[in-house]
Amino acid sequence: MGYIGETIDSIKSIQIRQLLTQAISLGMIVTSALIIWKALMCVTGSESPVVVVLSGSMEPGFKRGDILFLHMSKDPIRAGEIVVFNVDGRDIPIVHRVIKVHERENTGEVDVLTKGDNNYGDDRLLYAEGQQWLHRHHIMGRAVGFLPYVGWVTIIMTEKPIIKYILIGALGLLVITSKD
Amino acid sequence: MHSFGYRANALLTFAVTILAFMCAICHSLITSILNINWFQKQPHGNDEVSLTLNITADLQSLFTWNTKQVFAFVAPEYKTSKNSLNQVSLWDAIIPEKEHAKFWIQISNKYRFIDQGHNLRGKDFNLTLHWHVMPKTGKMFADKIVMSGYRLPDAYR
Repeated sequence: MGYIGETIDSIKSIQIRQLLTQAISLGMIVTSALIIWKALMCVTGSESPVVVVLSGSMEPGFKRGDILFLHMSKDPIRAGEIVVFNVDGRDIPIVHRVIKVHERENTGEVDVLTKGDNNYGDDRLLYAEGQQWLHRHHIMGRAVGFLPYVGWVTIIMTEKPIIKYILIGALGLLVITSKD
Repeated sequence: MHSFGYRANALLTFAVTILAFMCAICHSLITSILNINWFQKQPHGNDEVSLTLNITADLQSLFTWNTKQVFAFVAPEYKTSKNSLNQVSLWDAIIPEKEHAKFWIQISNKYRFIDQGHNLRGKDFNLTLHWHVMPKTGKMFADKIVMSGYRLPDAYR
């Protein structure tokens, strides 16, 4: 009983002003992260400026858990570029290399065929039914650089969401209880 | 302000920043030679060609401490009335180490050389060897060497 009384006293003694300051600090951290993300989207011209590699189809160059930095410019798509694309009807984007390009004279539209470096055959099996080629609107960006291993954090948090909640909970607790 | 922890943190941040900068500026020069000989052709709805490629290359100077692998591929480029540019990769290889970067190989095309149409008879094309350097960390870069003056036969065989 005495312990509960002490806890209630200590909660009452937290000043409102201090609590508000800490809430605002937390809000600032979250907002800054969002601003950086949106700015990256603007600068790289891509909806998804950073992606995590999920499969081994581009090994040994890219392994599962690597992070890729994307950039999308209006430059034409050429063979050899590593592109990230979405197939109609699938959520998860695929990161493979362009092996064939046929660009139309009049419209500038382009037929593109891709293949994972580590795969035996090209990506026609991955495309939508009846689709032989990718077009520009399927392509979200070109991979221009990468960081190894850092993407494992995202993979773990997606596959075991409990870890995400634990992390956020711990972070929130840390901010609230710090005596700054 | 002058604690060990604070100083260790400052030193670590500085070291990581320098390392990141060094990864970003890595760069090098190459020399390579390529020549090809070719062979036969089968019509197939769209035109299709089968070639034997003879590739000699020395990409050793591309390898630095920050190079994970070099991806090399050979693609002819040609123009048709419908398409301003066609690039068709015929062969590629992953070169994981400097020791494997100097090589000579004679093989038929790994990927099928198929046109969109019937435009390949007597077609002039250039053959391009591309290389794509993938670092252990940082920016990837690519370059190529173009060998022009190739021409496909005027009739199917």
